[in-house]
Amino acid sequence: MEILGDEFGGMTPQQLAAPVNTIEEKWKLLPAFLKVKGLVKQHIDSFNYFINVEIKKIMKANEKITSDADPMWYLKYLNIYVGMPDVEESFNVTRPVSPHECRLRDMTYSAPITVDMEYTRGSQRIIRNALPIGRMPIMLRSSNCVLTGKTPMEYSKLNECPLDPGGYFIVKGQEKVILIQEQLSKNRIIVEQDRKGAVGASVTSSTHEKKSRTNMIVKQGRFYLRHNTLSEDAPIAIIFKAMGVESDQEIVQMIGTEEHVMASFSPSLEECQKAQIFTQIQALKYIGNKVRRQRMWGGPKKTKMEEARELLASLILTHVPVKEFNFRAKCIYLAVMVRRVILAQGENKVDDRDYYGNKRLELAGQLLSLLFEDLFKKFNSELKKISDQIIPKQRAAQFDIVKHMRQDQITNGMVNAISTGNWSLKRFKMDRQGVTQVLSRLSFISALGMMTRISSQFEKTRKVSGPRSLQPSQWGMLCPSDTPEGEACGLVKNLALMTHITTDMEDGPIVKLAFNLGVEDVNLLCGEELSYPSVFLVFLNGNILGVIRDHQRLVYTFRLMRRAGFINEFVSISTNLTDRCVYISSDGGRLCRPYIIVKKGQPMVKNKHIEELTQGYRTFEDFLHESLVEYLDVNEENDCQIALYEHTINKDTTHLEIEPFTLLGVCAGLIPYPHHNQSPRNTYQCAMGKQAMGTIGYNQRNRIDTLMYLLAYPQKPMVKTRTIELIDFEKLPAGQNATVAVMSYSGYDIEDALVLNKASLDRGFGRCLVYKNAKCTLRRYTNQTFDKVMGPMLDAATRKPIWRHSILDADGICSPGEKVENKQVLVNKSMPTVTQTPLEGSAQPGQPQYRDVPVSYKGSTDSYIEKVMISSNADDAFLIKILLRQTRRPEIGDKFSSRHGQKGVCGLIVPQEDMPFCDTGICPDIIMNPHGYPSRMTVGKLIELLAGKAGVLDGRFHYGTAFGGSKVKDVCEDLIRYGYNYQGKDYVTSGITGEPLEAYIYFGPVYYQKLKHMVLDKMHARARGPRAVLTRQPTEGRSRDGGLRLGEMERDCLIGYGASMLLLERLMISSDAFEVDVCGQCGLLGYSGWCHYCKSSCHVSSLRIPYACKLLFQELQSMNIVPRLKLARYNE
Amino acid sequence: IYCGAYDVKDNIAKMAATMSNVDEIRNRVILGEFNVKNVHTTDYPGNYPGYDDTWSLQKFQKNFRIDVVQMDETCMEFDMVGIDASIANAFRRILLAEVPTMAVEKVFIYNNTSIIQDEVLAQRLGLIPIKADPRLFEYRNAGDEEGTEIDTIQLQLKIKCTRNHQATKDSADPQELYLNHMVYSKDMTWVPIGNQADVLADANIGPVHGDILLAKLRPGQELDIVMHCVKGIGQDHAKFSPVATASYRLLPEITLMKTVEGEKAERLKRCFSPGVIELENHGGKVVAKVMNSRLDTCSREVLRHDDLKNAVKLARVRDHFIFSVESTGILPPDVLVSEAIKVLMAKCQRFLSELDSSEME
Repeated sequence: MEILGDEFGGMTPQQLAAPVNTIEEKWKLLPAFLKVKGLVKQHIDSFNYFINVEIKKIMKANEKITSDADPMWYLKYLNIYVGMPDVEESFNVTRPVSPHECRLRDMTYSAPITVDMEYTRGSQRIIRNALPIGRMPIMLRSSNCVLTGKTPMEYSKLNECPLDPGGYFIVKGQEKVILIQEQLSKNRIIVEQDRKGAVGASVTSSTHEKKSRTNMIVKQGRFYLRHNTLSEDAPIAIIFKAMGVESDQEIVQMIGTEEHVMASFSPSLEECQKAQIFTQIQALKYIGNKVRRQRMWGGPKKTKMEEARELLASLILTHVPVKEFNFRAKCIYLAVMVRRVILAQGENKVDDRDYYGNKRLELAGQLLSLLFEDLFKKFNSELKKISDQIIPKQRAAQFDIVKHMRQDQITNGMVNAISTGNWSLKRFKMDRQGVTQVLSRLSFISALGMMTRISSQFEKTRKVSGPRSLQPSQWGMLCPSDTPEGEACGLVKNLALMTHITTDMEDGPIVKLAFNLGVEDVNLLCGEELSYPSVFLVFLNGNILGVIRDHQRLVYTFRLMRRAGFINEFVSISTNLTDRCVYISSDGGRLCRPYIIVKKGQPMVKNKHIEELTQGYRTFEDFLHESLVEYLDVNEENDCQIALYEHTINKDTTHLEIEPFTLLGVCAGLIPYPHHNQSPRNTYQCAMGKQAMGTIGYNQRNRIDTLMYLLAYPQKPMVKTRTIELIDFEKLPAGQNATVAVMSYSGYDIEDALVLNKASLDRGFGRCLVYKNAKCTLRRYTNQTFDKVMGPMLDAATRKPIWRHSILDADGICSPGEKVENKQVLVNKSMPTVTQTPLEGSAQPGQPQYRDVPVSYKGSTDSYIEKVMISSNADDAFLIKILLRQTRRPEIGDKFSSRHGQKGVCGLIVPQEDMPFCDTGICPDIIMNPHGYPSRMTVGKLIELLAGKAGVLDGRFHYGTAFGGSKVKDVCEDLIRYGYNYQGKDYVTSGITGEPLEAYIYFGPVYYQKLKHMVLDKMHARARGPRAVLTRQPTEGRSRDGGLRLGEMERDCLIGYGASMLLLERLMISSDAFEVDVCGQCGLLGYSGWCHYCKSSCHVSSLRIPYACKLLFQELQSMNIVPRLKLARYNE
Repeated sequence: IYCGAYDVKDNIAKMAATMSNVDEIRNRVILGEFNVKNVHTTDYPGNYPGYDDTWSLQKFQKNFRIDVVQMDETCMEFDMVGIDASIANAFRRILLAEVPTMAVEKVFIYNNTSIIQDEVLAQRLGLIPIKADPRLFEYRNAGDEEGTEIDTIQLQLKIKCTRNHQATKDSADPQELYLNHMVYSKDMTWVPIGNQADVLADANIGPVHGDILLAKLRPGQELDIVMHCVKGIGQDHAKFSPVATASYRLLPEITLMKTVEGEKAERLKRCFSPGVIELENHGGKVVAKVMNSRLDTCSREVLRHDDLKNAVKLARVRDHFIFSVESTGILPPDVLVSEAIKVLMAKCQRFLSELDSSEME
């Protein structure tokens, strides 16, 4: 058989011509993938890595504490563990705790961190095991969570929803998510143009100890190094010399010996010459003079030269290791930087900052490990300080450090950081806010959507499009639709369905493998080889490993080894032909996703594999191990040929997409037929899906949340998508299938308003339940007094509880099932008037005095008491939580939305008999105005209606999966079979006149969501009401029963119109009119007809001015400015 | 000729129309490809020259007829021919909204430890059709909380879920594990007040359907509820509506404009509901023939075929209403229809008396 040349991948013509069979149902790989990776798994993986691996490394790095006071004394940590979450019942008695208990009792779901350690007490050496040093909040569903490995039955026993994704923390009863943080990747050379067009290179180095940023800039053709520890830019040649490369020839050899490279570097050498620096010592002295003074406490005094050498070794390009001041590797790195800049000049081959291969995502584990290391170091330094203080003092008992180990520092540090979201680390000068957010439990989707959210460090206020726009390299990794509108647009992103984020891994074996595959170690090279045209540089995580002659073979064998499972599946290798480099990455935070491997034009996954998967013989891991599927990160994706469908496979194809719809995220995955919609509509729906109410979890009725919206009759959508099935949206739906007629009806449907059928509302359409809670704690005070709950107060005449106390039980707490009205008391709490410890001598005899501090209900509508919980919180105070419930039926002004970004408020509720009806007697639940379609171009909604209608008639669900789903043609054929119009347009009779409508009406079911915005929560009006204390003007805002402001622009209108009396009324009389007495002589304000300045009352007259004006005068007076009023009669 | 306030276009069309066309406009609704034509009634007196459209009882009696096509205890289909759409629609509207029934209005929850919320449970109870003849009761006065024997039916739902001790040890089926874990409408029992026990002894009052699931319980949970059913109309709340739905459609009329033969005839047959078009063999040729246009669902499929769409005319008879009434089971559909007619008569009576009284003023 003839084998074609290399350009055909060594295939026979027969192989080439063979049609590629489509792999049926390869989407089934997806649930298998989601079982092991993806969605919230990355949070959990990252946290697991932290508490099982990283924490031990942190301990190893800080394992020994010594004291300056006693050289014999030491403390050494041997091991560190994070236990299982528990709660202290009483002194030293603990019991395991469930997450739900923590939620209800406002506690932190945390586990003790214990250490094994060795230390000296006197002359003894003691080993103590399992000493607690603090508590670590535990991520739900992580390896140390009580929920791991439990069955759904066990979940329900723990009051936990089996569909809940986990991946968040419970801190002080609140569910907190640590958002994924996006950052520019560390330790990579980025060549950029600055604003003036000059090319420069920068590296942000980061190691466990230090972070620094090194810039390489070009000024007048000369290269300089810029670093914030140097007071001015240092010429690069001097740096080279300071690092021990004294000969100019060697410098040039490292940078490159091509004519133009030498030419552009020579000015830099000249400058060095001019500065008369020839030796390392001269260079170090030069740099030593430029070092910015650092804090000089501690340590022996150093000379400037030593300082410079330290600086070069540890602060500049910190990630390049320097051992015993052997700067070889650093020199080469610097040389490569210079070379990059030279090559980039003119040809404009600068790197793209927004390219996703240059980004790393920081997850909960990484952020917590930074925080923990900081706290651990602080803890250790505290121990050292204590030992320094106490050891010199002679004591009866021997100094025992264990007695001085306080747990609260680490515990509080972790808890405060997570509950406030402020990550401030002194070590890295990091001070970030808003790292954590409260998990939004509005709907299941909003919770899930939060777990996939990525927030970028970029400033929100800057008006640049680069970081906000959709990058081609985000394909498949980030959802193209799911981003908020407005200021955070494009900066907050969401993961796609199949994205996985890597965790750090050991690079020792990779180095070994690379050397075995023919990479020549940099330390063995003379320098000139770096720029040979025949070799490629090999980088590992940003460090130069060496050079390779046959880079193709290296990459090929490397990938083979990875597929065979000899190295981790998440290690990526890719070549960059323009830079002539091979990049190997094993660092954490890279985005990657699985692909089917294609060999010789045939995908490796065959139908039989999928069959085995469905039968349960195979897992996703097996696909990986048998090299049928592999993970590619963004950089490696760039190096591969990926076919979207089987029929697009050609001779160069290396990989095949598993399913195209996985490029969307969780929220966009709910939209049926999103590929038919105008793209902003999908973005709108992604934002709105999070506001839809429905169900939030199987444990929703056991929760006592501050605010919870539920739908009385949620339904699963008639038109589903694969994503809906995968993320179990149909088990926890948020919406109802409404029969929609697309037509005009009355005038109350303009501007997207909807007309609802009254009978549908009677029957439960859009009916929702709103749960709120009321909380109260009963404290114990330092003077041995405590809060009390008193029984209801009785009316003297009738011997019945007074109205405000009418719903209280004998114990003073409201009873479940009762209806509460505004201002009624829920808990009749009273508090001692004196809570401070009385001063000595003045001991209060007898009974303490109490004062009523009732918890009362506020709300314009009545609520019902669903349940009352009495418990205790972490501080052993009584905790009373009351869950209040309201049932609401839709009313005019409530907001609804379909799944296509088509929101609208209810404009009219029409009785059923007035509704149009079709031949079968069906009348719509919702009438929607057809003007909503042309400009929005939501064709997906039209198709959803058709598919839904066919599904209803056929008794099955249709699929509207992105880039697939039921075909319109098939769906319409179904309609015909059931005697309906092909286009879904029905003959409809008007319910008002009884005559047919002239138009055929597009009629059928569409999934509608009820959004959380309801009129009842927003409507507000005021005639009279409270006023602000300071200004006496009406208060602001609905919650304070505030007035409606006649603002500046409205005022301008009235001025323009000349309605002066109206202005006066609005701005003063109805607001803060105030009678003042003004003395006509001195022009100052007086009181009750008397001028205190003139000591007379003869010229005092009374005026009406705004109180704010009077306040201004007085404030000015307090600043030594005297405003004087000049009074004159109006008729003079 | 005075032509009403219709479209000028319509007028011009009418003037140019021939005699047969006028008949069509008067009597048929035409289903076009893109819209419905002649939707409005136009046969009011003086609108058409040469037609006497004055209303007379004799003419009405001659033309009007009702044919009951099919009837069982819950459903009825009947034809109402020779009447204006507004009157037919009035019957439909009255059936939906104004024929009174009895439904649960007040729910007194003494105990509800089930998962279902009080308000939701109350709403569910309200929607259950109660078998009680509303003609035997009066409307309850506004503000009356107690209710009397003439305006109230009292129902009780008292049920508690317990563990089934006979259940096998390793069973996981709630059906077997628990007793009373599903509360059905049949668990609602009638508690007669006053003399109801004697008067309504054989009325068999209670829910129409016994198998409506109201709530699910688990051991220890119980419901203790008393309900008051009152008389009301659908306008007030859909639970009082005596029909599942009541609607009508116009009689379809399909006419073949030319003979359709062979493959086209086959295709034509497939364009309509089964039984509408049949094929006949005329000397070796298959020819399509309209058999029963009543069966057609008016999907207008034929209009998608360019070669067939001019061969047929799709129309509906303007004054031939095919009514379909689906009762909720409280009253048989025929009773409902006659009740609806009575309601309309009462309204007319009231209107007339209003007219009389205002004339006197």
